[in-house]
Amino acid sequence: MDTVVLSRFQFALTSMFHWIFVPLTLGLSILTAYMETQYVRTGNELYLKMTKFWGKLFLINFALGVVTGITMEFQFGMNWAEYSKYVGDIFGAPLAIEATMAFFLESVFIGLWIFGWNKISKKTHAVAIWLVALATNLSALWILLANGWMQKPVGYVLRNGRAEMVDFSALIFNHYGLFKFGHTLTSGYVVAAFFVMGISAYHLRRENQTEFFKRSFMIAAIFGLAASILVAVIGDFSAVEVARYQPAKFAAMESIWETQKGAGLNIFVITDSKHECNSVEGPCIPKLVSLLAFHNPNAEIKGLKAFPRDERPPVLPTLLGFRFMLLFGGIMLVLALMGVIYSMRGSLEKHPLFLTIMLFSIPMPYIAGQLGWIVSEVGRQPWIVYGVLKTSQAVSLSISTGQVYASILGFTLLYGGLGVIDIYLLTKFAKKGPEDDLSALLKPASKEA
Amino acid sequence: MEFQIIWFVLWAVLWAVYFMLDGFVLGTGMLYHYLTRNDREKQVLINAVGPVWNGNEVWLITAGGATFAAFPKTYALMFSYLYSALLLLLFSLIIRGVSLEFRGKINNDSWKKAWDAGILVGSALPALLLGVAFGNIFSGLPMDGTGYHGSLLSLLNPYGLLTGILFVLLFLVHGSLYVCVKTEDDLCTKSAATADKLWSAELLIAVTFLIATAFATKLYDNYMSTPLLLAVPLIAVAALLGIKIFLVKGKPLMAFASSCITIVMVVFTGVVGLFPNLIPSSIDPGHSLTIFNSSSSSYTLKIMTVVALVFVPIVVAYKIWVYRIFRSTVTVEDVMKNERAY
Repeated sequence: MDTVVLSRFQFALTSMFHWIFVPLTLGLSILTAYMETQYVRTGNELYLKMTKFWGKLFLINFALGVVTGITMEFQFGMNWAEYSKYVGDIFGAPLAIEATMAFFLESVFIGLWIFGWNKISKKTHAVAIWLVALATNLSALWILLANGWMQKPVGYVLRNGRAEMVDFSALIFNHYGLFKFGHTLTSGYVVAAFFVMGISAYHLRRENQTEFFKRSFMIAAIFGLAASILVAVIGDFSAVEVARYQPAKFAAMESIWETQKGAGLNIFVITDSKHECNSVEGPCIPKLVSLLAFHNPNAEIKGLKAFPRDERPPVLPTLLGFRFMLLFGGIMLVLALMGVIYSMRGSLEKHPLFLTIMLFSIPMPYIAGQLGWIVSEVGRQPWIVYGVLKTSQAVSLSISTGQVYASILGFTLLYGGLGVIDIYLLTKFAKKGPEDDLSALLKPASKEA
Repeated sequence: MEFQIIWFVLWAVLWAVYFMLDGFVLGTGMLYHYLTRNDREKQVLINAVGPVWNGNEVWLITAGGATFAAFPKTYALMFSYLYSALLLLLFSLIIRGVSLEFRGKINNDSWKKAWDAGILVGSALPALLLGVAFGNIFSGLPMDGTGYHGSLLSLLNPYGLLTGILFVLLFLVHGSLYVCVKTEDDLCTKSAATADKLWSAELLIAVTFLIATAFATKLYDNYMSTPLLLAVPLIAVAALLGIKIFLVKGKPLMAFASSCITIVMVVFTGVVGLFPNLIPSSIDPGHSLTIFNSSSSSYTLKIMTVVALVFVPIVVAYKIWVYRIFRSTVTVEDVMKNERAY
């Protein structure tokens, strides 16, 4: 294997691992901030308990999100030096802005939030977690604008042997990036909602701290339902962008080989890249793909055959990733809706099967998110910057396969260990449930120091 | 003034502030076993750096991000040439971060011992590696038109190692002074005594470094042509002496401030000598990476300058505000009262 394949593997490994932690951070920061706000507003200690319990799980997860994020910044230079040289003029900017605008905010105020319980007023403390939530969401905005540029490059010219930025506002207002941001962000909210609902369901089945977990479940269900709807709506906008600007990726997502007007959607497809056709397909819903892609039932969809073989993405992972993402998205929408209905009726504990399903559904939005990234990144191949630079031209020239094998081994061991510890800690504290004794928190700050 | 020069200054400031701020966290981490007698004292040290370490580390991320945005070619070549060294730095920083955050999560001796080891390794290795990296940047990397001709081992040349040891000592003294400022009684006394002992070694290595720099690097060329610049290393030396003076006078806060200035000025001493290079080539000066041949377009630099002018002051303002909130000392009683933090 060459350094391109190895570096791609390593990037996939480290970014997918990073993406285990980030979506939960995006959503759970907001849920925790909401709970603390309710505590400050109402003085109801149940909300303080909720803030502490969900906040603890939030922090375990947050720590790993932060440290695995450093890897991402290092890797662009370490493994993708030719890429960084070629597009750094435009791609470096959002990364640097992300650090200045978001990382500082997030890291400073998380420290204040963790250690500031007795040092600042209740209100300021709640503001601190809102700032953390704002910062994580801002961070997502900048990195997805950067990714959006790789998908649909805008605001640049090819000059001096590289891509140079000529229009910063085009980068910021790139619809592709903004829709992707919205879709990704709300998918993170779904992760957090299912995380909270799943753990609440576990305790509700055991009739443990029922009031606490019913309230938690309801908050998460409403948040999760709203997010599930938004994820689908914005996802539709995103797909329209893909169809318009990345026709090869779109054709792979639907495994459409022949260019056609009024393309129908085949529910079931077995794709055959070798013979450039689908060996099995159907039943077909007429014109649906055209309708979804261009909001016009007769629109023309370019087939994969319209692209040279070496400019087509791998069809199978793109197709399967897309299909299963949609399937899980649909299931989660239904589950979230049921969650809201049962919560509103106050009848959650009368539906033990539903609660069990919710517990085992915790991984579902995680998997859907990873599949989404597979569609997005594998579907962009062979390009690293769509239509501008191929992935094969982007890798560092000075690194050896031995170095990358060694680093993959290192990441696998380190991340494997961290993954085990993370799951161990989350499971332990999630099972333990909220602590009853909040007296230490409510004591006034000691003045003698 | 050209934007490249503005970004050279910003680049230097980001690194200097990073070393000044993470320096005391790394130093505290290296001394963490030596200074403490029991678990509670260890928790005191963790709580002393706990509220701020993450925000301090972000200066490194920002320095990296700024290099990417302002000098993409330098970013690309530096990170790919120093692949293995940076990988070790990355792993050790990851280990340091999770060790600080996870140690207190479970009250079990072997759990804590494992993370204690993580804190030690995750603090000592970055200090050494960053020093070695900067030593090699000061003396230049073996690179030419065909690429890079060094390896992880070639980075460990005498001057690189000397700079590595210098960084370790700078951070050890810095960390022990921070601990003294942030704690009381025994911990403070012991860390002040430690700072005092380590200071002699720091002075010795700093002087050796300044002498070796004349032979191993071309950093002094800029000082020869503009002697006024000698103020920078002179302030560094004065601040280094100040640490000892304030320690003897029993003013740890002032000694810590002197140590801050020492670290900043040591970084500036090197960077002033580098100008206009970011990474000189040790074998072919024509292939040195300079702020001119590796920079982004002036359009990008302009945008980034506006971003920096708006956001850096905001960052500094809220960082100072948070430092003020946590300005009081951390005691064993505090730790017993509030075990919840981390």
